[in-house]
Amino acid sequence: MTDQRGFSRRGLLGAAGAAVATGVAGYAAHSVLAGEESQAADTTGPVEFHGTHQAGIVTPAQDRLHFATFDVTATKREDVIALLKEWTAAAALMTAGRDIGQYGAVNGPGEAPPEDTGEAVGLPPARLTLTIGFGPTFFNRFGLKDKRPAALVDLPHFIGDNLDPNRSGGDIAVQACSDDPQVAVHAIRNLARIGFGTTVVRYSQLGFGRTSSTSKAQTTPRNLFGFKDGTNNLKLEDTAKLEQQLWVQPEDGPDWMVGGSYLVSRRIRMTIETWDRTSLSEQELIVGRGKGTGAPLGKADEFDPIDFEAKNADGELKVAKEAHIRLAHPQFNKGAELLRRGYNFVDGSDGLGRLDAGLFFLAYQRDPRKQFIPIQNQLARSDVMNEYIRHVGSGIFACPAGVKPGSYWGEKLFS
Amino acid sequence: MITITARRATAVGAVLLLAGLTGCADDKPAASDDGTGPVAVKASDSECSLSRRDVKSGTSTFSVSNGGSKVTEFYVYAEGDRVMGEVENIGPGLKRDLIVELPTGKYQAVCKPGMIGDGIRGDLTVTGEAAAQIDEDAVLKEATESYQRYVNSQAVALEQKTTEFVTAVKAGDVAKAKELFPISRTYWERIEPVAESFGDLDPKIDARVNDVEPGTEWTGYHRIEQALWEKNTTAGMAKYADLLLVDVKTVVAKAKVVKLNPLQLANGAKELLDEVATGKITGEEDRYSHTDLWDFQANVQGSQAAIQALRPALQKRDPALVTTLDTNFKTVYASLDKFRAGDGFKPYLPTDAERKELGRVVDALAEPVSKVAGVIAKK
Repeated sequence: MTDQRGFSRRGLLGAAGAAVATGVAGYAAHSVLAGEESQAADTTGPVEFHGTHQAGIVTPAQDRLHFATFDVTATKREDVIALLKEWTAAAALMTAGRDIGQYGAVNGPGEAPPEDTGEAVGLPPARLTLTIGFGPTFFNRFGLKDKRPAALVDLPHFIGDNLDPNRSGGDIAVQACSDDPQVAVHAIRNLARIGFGTTVVRYSQLGFGRTSSTSKAQTTPRNLFGFKDGTNNLKLEDTAKLEQQLWVQPEDGPDWMVGGSYLVSRRIRMTIETWDRTSLSEQELIVGRGKGTGAPLGKADEFDPIDFEAKNADGELKVAKEAHIRLAHPQFNKGAELLRRGYNFVDGSDGLGRLDAGLFFLAYQRDPRKQFIPIQNQLARSDVMNEYIRHVGSGIFACPAGVKPGSYWGEKLFS
Repeated sequence: MITITARRATAVGAVLLLAGLTGCADDKPAASDDGTGPVAVKASDSECSLSRRDVKSGTSTFSVSNGGSKVTEFYVYAEGDRVMGEVENIGPGLKRDLIVELPTGKYQAVCKPGMIGDGIRGDLTVTGEAAAQIDEDAVLKEATESYQRYVNSQAVALEQKTTEFVTAVKAGDVAKAKELFPISRTYWERIEPVAESFGDLDPKIDARVNDVEPGTEWTGYHRIEQALWEKNTTAGMAKYADLLLVDVKTVVAKAKVVKLNPLQLANGAKELLDEVATGKITGEEDRYSHTDLWDFQANVQGSQAAIQALRPALQKRDPALVTTLDTNFKTVYASLDKFRAGDGFKPYLPTDAERKELGRVVDALAEPVSKVAGVIAKK
């Protein structure tokens, strides 16, 4: 340990272990690294923390997730504001690939515990994004009653919901996405540490593989049913549609949410064991796509438009009436779309000798009342996939617009 | 009088005519058998004696008298417990006939006092002209017809037992209703994939409280279950009891004329085990009464009935799979036996270890069962 003292996260990575004797590791500029590492820039570089919108929404979906929600235990408004300021500063550092604090992980005084927990030392920024959202319960206190957006409704009970309160809700949610799992875990861990005394972790969820692409430059990944997921997702390049479907507009209100978005999280357990015993043709009928190509049934390529009218020789619809892609499609949901950003998870086993596996569904949208809720009502009612999935956790959060330098997460909400 | 439409099967097909409740059991000794008439079956809580165990190929009649104190069932099984014919729900003191067409071969005659377990078994030999070799298509056709006979017999019993349950609920007899709840559900659970294929009847009959859409009324078995066990009352339940019977009668009418194909049998067998794996082992199905194991057993029995109907075809195409299936069905029943109490089961409040054990044996069975469809589909 001692021989690492004085090495910043950047120093270790950069000049072959040469000491960077700034003593203020956290403030070492990191953009240099991004340049140096340009060959691998796709997965190692930093994503700008500040901006019009929060990063981690249209950012091309990273491979790993660590999501956590927090309950606020503090009772004073100023304590909450102080925490949000401290979190924002830490988030800006960590997303830039730096240690947090003045001295970071290994440069501080020997008598004190390190400010940064240290497991990201030597790792690149790995496209870390940190995205914050406020849940309905947050607005019951701190003089925020009137600030709760009308669109931040309590989600209704959907048919078949089997929600565990310990995996649902939360006053504040933080989504950490990165191409390196340890970088994502490091971020949530350090925020949780900063929060002690003000917040307590309600639950946290790791995701090991993305199940959506949010950019046309990305290939479509597969979920644990083995199917391509998110083919028709809203994407970064659909700029006009993003204004229409994703970002809260000035006419929507409230002011503090303009440029923000609403996040719905659902922990969806998949009974993969029973799914795996289902015949290939039935799996494809349930989804409405070919398992290999991801093409809509009756089509050849993944991105071919879906023909909802086409029938096979027996006169039956090729994409069945209750197929997942039909029920979830904007055409059957008054044009409503979502920006999905979910992740595969396997959280050990369930005590029955089965994997506790599924999809941690994350979807951003302009108004859940017009998007997630009606879509999910339709799916819960009719989707033939329901036999193999169960919604066991749920959350809804108002994610404000991006942070400008010098500002902090939620400043407009508290002003 | 109960009549089930007879279906003329293939040359070797067994035809079941369930001809009626003919009053009280007579006391004629089983010995007075001249070798040509009906086979007299004396069933009690501990015996299952036949007036003869050798019959001629073709149509045979078994007159089953229940001299015991438990409701009994009588089956004629071909190899691997493939149901050739059965008569269900024979109450104490009653006599019922089973008319069944049996080709030459070795069978077992089985009484199941209390309608559970392996039953009391004895050999039955059918002699006469050997059946002609039949082709693959005919084997599969017979499979579906055999399973349709099973669905029919279960549907009839479902209507009877649900009628009794509904009557008890409406009479305010909480104890009787509690006793009949798992019994009537047994017949439902055995043929649930068939019932599920009739659209919205399944949610109306069998929805759990969290399956109900806001704004829709919760009806069916579990609504009444909640009142019986949570509140120990039938108050306010008459309306739901009436509705349940109407819906069950609709299912029964549809089930009696349903046309199935061999792949549907195979998939139905798999789906029944999925039901066990996801709903029963967790204890979500009967969360107030904790009678989940009755449903569990019924699902497994229903799955087995479908698989055994396919057995002749499977035996030809993949005998090793048949052996695995036989072994794994037995293992599941053996695990269930650990929870027996009287004619039923202990309340299902398992330890983590017990739950895991049940999960393990069901998964071990469901995996080979899921392979049946592929084997059947192969030409």
